[in-house]
Amino acid sequence: MNILVCISNVPDTTTRIKYSADMKAVDYSGVQWIINPWDELALTRAIELKEAHPALVQKITVITAGGADADPTLRKALACGADDAIRVDAAGGDSLFTATQLAHAVKGEPFDVILCGIESSDYNGSAVGGMLAELLDYNSVSAVSSLNLDGNSIKVTREIDGGKQSIETSAPVVLIVQKGIAINPRIPSMRGIMTARTKPLKVVAATAAAPGSKVVGYQAPPQKSACKMIDPENIDELVHLLHTEARVI
Amino acid sequence: MSVLVYIENRNGKFKKSTYELVSYGKRLANGLGGSVTLLSIGKVAEDELKNLGAYGAGTILSAETDVPLDDRAYASLIAAAAQNSGATLVVMAHNVTGKALAPRVAVRLNAGLVSAVNGLPVSYQPFVVSKKAFSGKSLMQAEITTDIKVITLSQNTAGIETFAGNAAVETMDASAVTSGITVLSTEVQTGKILLSEADVVVSGGRGMRSADNWEPLEELAGVLGAATACSRPVSDEGWRPHHEHVGQTGKVVAPNLYFALGISGAIQHLAGISSSKVIVAVNKDPEAPIFSAADYGIVGDLQTVLPKMTEAFRKFKSGN
Amino acid sequence: MNFEFSEEQLMIQQAARDYAQRELIKDVIERDTHAIYPTEHVKALSELGFMGMLVDPEYDGGGMDTVSYVLAMEEISKVDSSVSVIMSVNNSLVCYGIEKFGTEAQKEKFLKPLARGEKIGAFLLSEPEAGSDATSQRTTAEDKGDYYLLNGTKNWITNGNTAGTYLVIAQTHPEKGHKGINVLIVDRHSPGISVGPHEDKMGMRSSDTHSVMFNDVKVPKENRIGEDGFGFKFAMKTLEGGRIGIAAQALGIASGAFERAVKYSKERKAFGTEIANHQSVAFKLADMAVKIENARNLCLKAAWLKDQGKPYGYASAMAKYYAAEIAMEVTTEAVQIHGGYGYVKEYHVERLMREAKLTQIYEGTSEIQQIVISRQVLNEF
Repeated sequence: MNILVCISNVPDTTTRIKYSADMKAVDYSGVQWIINPWDELALTRAIELKEAHPALVQKITVITAGGADADPTLRKALACGADDAIRVDAAGGDSLFTATQLAHAVKGEPFDVILCGIESSDYNGSAVGGMLAELLDYNSVSAVSSLNLDGNSIKVTREIDGGKQSIETSAPVVLIVQKGIAINPRIPSMRGIMTARTKPLKVVAATAAAPGSKVVGYQAPPQKSACKMIDPENIDELVHLLHTEARVI
Repeated sequence: MSVLVYIENRNGKFKKSTYELVSYGKRLANGLGGSVTLLSIGKVAEDELKNLGAYGAGTILSAETDVPLDDRAYASLIAAAAQNSGATLVVMAHNVTGKALAPRVAVRLNAGLVSAVNGLPVSYQPFVVSKKAFSGKSLMQAEITTDIKVITLSQNTAGIETFAGNAAVETMDASAVTSGITVLSTEVQTGKILLSEADVVVSGGRGMRSADNWEPLEELAGVLGAATACSRPVSDEGWRPHHEHVGQTGKVVAPNLYFALGISGAIQHLAGISSSKVIVAVNKDPEAPIFSAADYGIVGDLQTVLPKMTEAFRKFKSGN
Repeated sequence: MNFEFSEEQLMIQQAARDYAQRELIKDVIERDTHAIYPTEHVKALSELGFMGMLVDPEYDGGGMDTVSYVLAMEEISKVDSSVSVIMSVNNSLVCYGIEKFGTEAQKEKFLKPLARGEKIGAFLLSEPEAGSDATSQRTTAEDKGDYYLLNGTKNWITNGNTAGTYLVIAQTHPEKGHKGINVLIVDRHSPGISVGPHEDKMGMRSSDTHSVMFNDVKVPKENRIGEDGFGFKFAMKTLEGGRIGIAAQALGIASGAFERAVKYSKERKAFGTEIANHQSVAFKLADMAVKIENARNLCLKAAWLKDQGKPYGYASAMAKYYAAEIAMEVTTEAVQIHGGYGYVKEYHVERLMREAKLTQIYEGTSEIQQIVISRQVLNEF
């Protein structure tokens, strides 16, 4: 079984977002880039599965669409335990553009399980995984919070509206994963960092693709008004304000 | 310029969030100068469907099937309904189901997708919508440039409007639909108010000190009819289950009222609660960052403040 | 000149930071309060390869450079120096000593398990009456033909009880003075070794510090490192590298306290504004930042020299001396900025202050470093 993990290179979650002067673009200068947290958990689970089922899981490949500045992120994934990496040399664009690039690079390759994080912490689109599945005409299961292999049967837990379900499915499939899929993201070991030096990172040319949407501009979120402090000895005041001023109870 | 809205039922019933979505679809149709069609997949009684007329539903396509939620199958039904009804805009809720289906529908329709849209579009021509980006740290405006467009609506951002009119229910054939998955078991959360749809959320952090101290928090939630939640350290410690974790990598919630009890307010937590209408924070540390995100704050020890709060709200509720 | 780190060095720094901020931080106060040895963390850090990160991969090490080691030591020490001292002793004293001066057979037998972190090493130099003055060893290694007979007491031994492998410095030929000293690799569980009680220390309380007593302990001849009488030179050479580790530790203690002070001063309000807006606090932060940057540059320079195969003893003495001194100053200021909160355990800076003190004392006190530096200055200029 070959597992593909889709990786998005995103600004560190604690980054303060700055904009260009015309507010039409994000200013990425000085930003620390990381593996999107959900993708990192997906990768961690893939590695865990390979460790648990060495005979079953042959290879873990990571893929991203982006410029050469995404290479350190891919090499970190290799250091964590992925076997090889693919970068589609296509920066920018929306989720449809990205998914088209990934599908182009992956089509015809023998990936049995494709893992995608449920969203990226930059545009929070929750779109690439489902689009990739549709472009490849694979089954997909979304909001997956656990993944286990039982021979060739793939067992997952997914969140559904109002609860959760245990599901069995088979390859090829795109699994769109969320919290719970792995607990602690993998930290690369010295050995991993060393072996990453010689693992292949293949760069694939972009394909012509039209995005379906474009960013018009940004705004800082509206400032909250100052917090109104209430005396802990006078909780009735809080009740009163929530009822008459905020009108939420 | 018509609009297709995919609506999801739970055990044949619709929730408040569906009313918001339907009335949102109607307003979009009005904005575009077209009509709105709804698509319901699964078994829903005709009366329940017709109730949606009050929220602007015109035509409701009812695709009855026993096939459980299968991303590919459901997406094909939605895309077919969009094509048959001539919809140029497809709308879904930004919940687990919408996140699963909208991307597939978009590809099938060659449509641009913007997800987690806040409220009505900024403009219809060009079609520009607003959404949060960078986990709530930024507001972004995006234009969908394709002829057919797909959006998912962030819950609680459009409000509910009612309309005069009747809904007409039509049957859509779903007999050809098959599933690529087998459901082994389903675990439905019962009895409790679901975090994803609660109007009021009572959430505890590390300041609660231990798993044993959750009883008074649950009592307050009970009085308020609230769902319970927690911050990441609490779920990491195993004091509360992971599905209660609110924050960047957990759940993003948008209740009317959010109580942050003993939560310091790390940026990752704020990313999960920034869409709440009103935030009340209780913390013993007056410098805790949660107070800069909160609307109302109390500095004090939860051991004493929490029971007092429960008492005060109980008094208020019984007086109302 | 190039001040840029390589991608790999940054990856190692991030790995150390992730482990420290995610795992070490969780129960560091608890470990410190009750002097609990960080067994699980040593195991996890061994699996990640930090315990033998400088050792050649041929001997199961991480094969990383000294610059990476400084970056990793700083990150671990920002959170818990009881853990980083274990890492430092194992890497830059024990593993380094065996790798640099040991025989192939010694490397095979002793270095590999140490590099993998399966065993932890200890470096036994200090004695009740010979701390900084390493020439006056009272512990004896009597030459008995095919073995040495070891007798004496060693003090302040980090990893004293948990170590599996000791490097023991002992006197074989008292008449030759420091030229009669040998260094022996000793199995911790050899008959005749007894370990004293855990020292109840002011800081780095969860590291495992003990006295170790040798009573007629037989050590095979093949466990001697280098020629007969090489022990003193061995100790001096090894300590030169060890200083880089402790310098980086002191740096981490300082930068850890500094980061907390910056964060706190941006949150805490007094007289209607965040205290960072008060010049008295802002200027303190500026001074702390300059000191830390200086210390970091000294550490990295020493590490770079070592990686280049150039002499680094002078640079590492400067780094160790300066970083330890400013760690004490910076942590004291960090406590001051925190006010009353700084004096309680919950805010971590008081612990960092206690830890800083030890960096001025062990692996060559500040005064010893001053001797090393001044001798070189007087020889050269």
